[in-house]
Amino acid sequence: MDQIIVQILNGLDKGSAYALIALGLTLIFGTLGVVNFAHGALFMMGAFCAVVTSKILSSSHKVVDETRTDFLGNPLEVDVFYMQDWFGEAAGAAIMDWAVPLAILVSIPVMILIGFVMERGLIKHFYKRPHADQILVTFGLAIVMGEVIKYYFGANPIQTPAPEALSGRVDFGVWLGYGPNAIVYPMWRLVYFFFSASIIAAVFAFLQFTTFGMVVRAGMADRETVGLLGIDIDKRFTFMFGLAAAVAGIAGVMYAPIVSPAYTMGMDWLVLSFVVVVVGGMGSLPGAVLAGFVLGIIESFASMPGVVNLLPGINQIIIYVVAIAILLIRPRGLMGRKGVMED
Amino acid sequence: MSKSNFTRRGVLKTGAVAGAGLTLPTYLRADGHAGFTNAPGDSEVVLGFNVPQTGPYADEGADELRAYELAVEHLNGGGDGGMLNTFSSKVLDGTGILGREVKYVTGDTQTKSDAARASARSMIEKDGAIMITGGSSSGVAVAVQALCQEAGVIFMAGLTHSNDTTGKDKKANGFRHFFNSYMTGAALAPVLAAQYGTDRKAYHLTADYNWGYTTEEAIRASTEAMGWETVNSVKTPLTQTDFSSYVAPVLNSGADVLVLNHYGGNMINSLTSAVQFGLREAQANGQNFEIVVPLYSRLMARGAGENVKGIFGSTNWHWSLQDEGSQAFVRSFGTKYGFPPSQAAHTTYVQTLLYADAVTRAGSFAPCAVAEALEDYEFDGLGNGKTLYRGDDHQCFKDVLVVKGKENPESEFDLLEVVEVTPVDQVMYDPAHPQMGGAEATLGECNNGA
Repeated sequence: MDQIIVQILNGLDKGSAYALIALGLTLIFGTLGVVNFAHGALFMMGAFCAVVTSKILSSSHKVVDETRTDFLGNPLEVDVFYMQDWFGEAAGAAIMDWAVPLAILVSIPVMILIGFVMERGLIKHFYKRPHADQILVTFGLAIVMGEVIKYYFGANPIQTPAPEALSGRVDFGVWLGYGPNAIVYPMWRLVYFFFSASIIAAVFAFLQFTTFGMVVRAGMADRETVGLLGIDIDKRFTFMFGLAAAVAGIAGVMYAPIVSPAYTMGMDWLVLSFVVVVVGGMGSLPGAVLAGFVLGIIESFASMPGVVNLLPGINQIIIYVVAIAILLIRPRGLMGRKGVMED
Repeated sequence: MSKSNFTRRGVLKTGAVAGAGLTLPTYLRADGHAGFTNAPGDSEVVLGFNVPQTGPYADEGADELRAYELAVEHLNGGGDGGMLNTFSSKVLDGTGILGREVKYVTGDTQTKSDAARASARSMIEKDGAIMITGGSSSGVAVAVQALCQEAGVIFMAGLTHSNDTTGKDKKANGFRHFFNSYMTGAALAPVLAAQYGTDRKAYHLTADYNWGYTTEEAIRASTEAMGWETVNSVKTPLTQTDFSSYVAPVLNSGADVLVLNHYGGNMINSLTSAVQFGLREAQANGQNFEIVVPLYSRLMARGAGENVKGIFGSTNWHWSLQDEGSQAFVRSFGTKYGFPPSQAAHTTYVQTLLYADAVTRAGSFAPCAVAEALEDYEFDGLGNGKTLYRGDDHQCFKDVLVVKGKENPESEFDLLEVVEVTPVDQVMYDPAHPQMGGAEATLGECNNGA
């Protein structure tokens, strides 16, 4: 039972990331009708916002320590952090330690800007082109973004730790009567889950309860009619692209301490996220979120040692098997609407 | 009226013969070569450096390439000469190889066997490379080694740690300076026993490909021989990034040691997951829970950051070694590039020097003559003490380093400390050892190619 609880938590965690990426993908597809294969790359860019923020906050200058030598036998140059120069040792260290949460503040404008540039600079030229063209161009864009990141940051994953205060573990075993250390779960992963749930709730609230959101939803249902009412729906949709990019970016920032950011991250998540969108139902925001969590939990259980040893490789195909089964039973996905992708 | 000699049948015949000739691989033609593939002219010789320039091991590949360029510089008489000054053999004099200036071409393996074979083939056929070297994955090394055997050129393996490279899949034209999984097990196990005791229960997470299998097999055999028990072993996909589902069950599995048979990004992420789940602070079976990473590299340790502190593993070479050869190499490399070389850089630099030395001693570039010069060759001054290139399997035997993640690093390069230099005798094995493919595995015949 203890392992089942842990795997459910793992699944919720993984599902949070799936759901956030799929939510953005669905927003873009639902508003602009664009199949954005660069969305995984936006998730990666978010993770690298965390890396860059961390590097900026830990900028340093060198001071020669004559008492020690470097690997060539020269006097050792040691790093002195600007943050500690400016704010004192303890406060400076705390600022550097909280780089990942602070990176959220950096990532929001950066990701919105990237989203705007992507949409206005490239993707808008492909609105009326077939989905195959959109896939090709956005896939190419994803490769370019990955290569740019690799050029500047190298190929190895970059450790980006969570703040010390949030790096511990929560002992669920004590709470649930299993005794100490029976069900231990990393605190940051719980933070990730609750944060993701908040972001998802905020996006839904924005679309549900604001006038802007209402118009966007109307535009998603019938773009032409909304346009005839004199509303510049294109501008709002461009904003939604920026919002979707920001959601993917924030998901990436918060994920950086869980899996060290690497330039391959976007591609790692892309295909699975699309499967999530399709299983949830193309264009359905609640479907994307539901499918994200369902598939995350299924994948997590399929990765348990007992299951993998019994059925080697099952964890790598289970999502696709489940997706095929769901699509056979419900061709439009769990919560898909009639007409989407059927014209 | 002119008379034509062409007939329909004649044209067809000529066309068929010409077509077949053109489609034959270049290395099968003996045009202008002195009985072997890509025999060099009088002025220069071309070496092929086939490294991952893209893909997950691109950082290792970049360091390999730096070392190759440094080796070429030294062979051609540039720089400070590096390990040419400390090498026990004195036949290399900075005038290239056998009086030919050394040139090189590079290829990108992408850490994919197909891509690696394609780039090696191109370097042999189009660029006239007489020797191929490089790699950063055992799968790639085995694939390229087989191609070099077929083409009749020498393959001087770079970073490849699987037993199979000089075991099950060994080839007469292939040579490996890097150590292997068996040696890691033999060197590491006694240190683990001394540190953690002989009453331990291990849980293995193993990368699901050739290198992972041989490493798990070697570590299991060595630790079980000391009294450890293996509780479970789980294969993890090479593409896995989040290892939480694999790590979470470990704590309650009855194990008190987690062995991560992972390399590169896999190791960085699996170790991160293990630390996040509190394995380093946990207790099991009344003992502190321990993590072991059999194969370390400094580049990998840098990626894993704080998490590597106190964790044991093995490495082929480390820049902090104090022998003359290692220090000469660190000085050359550090002065040129501004940071110390990795073990990948060391092994590729040494392989290049060893090839040049063997050619010079043999007085010929012919692969079989070079192979003969390398077989059972003993040398010193290139790091790790006295070294033997064993003729039976073309595997180098030298001291193996057991390292530990440093608790208080003084710089970003100071991540690992050498805790034991395991003498070569302790890591030697019978060439027909079962882990190496048994008696059936043979080198085959040396191939001079064209």
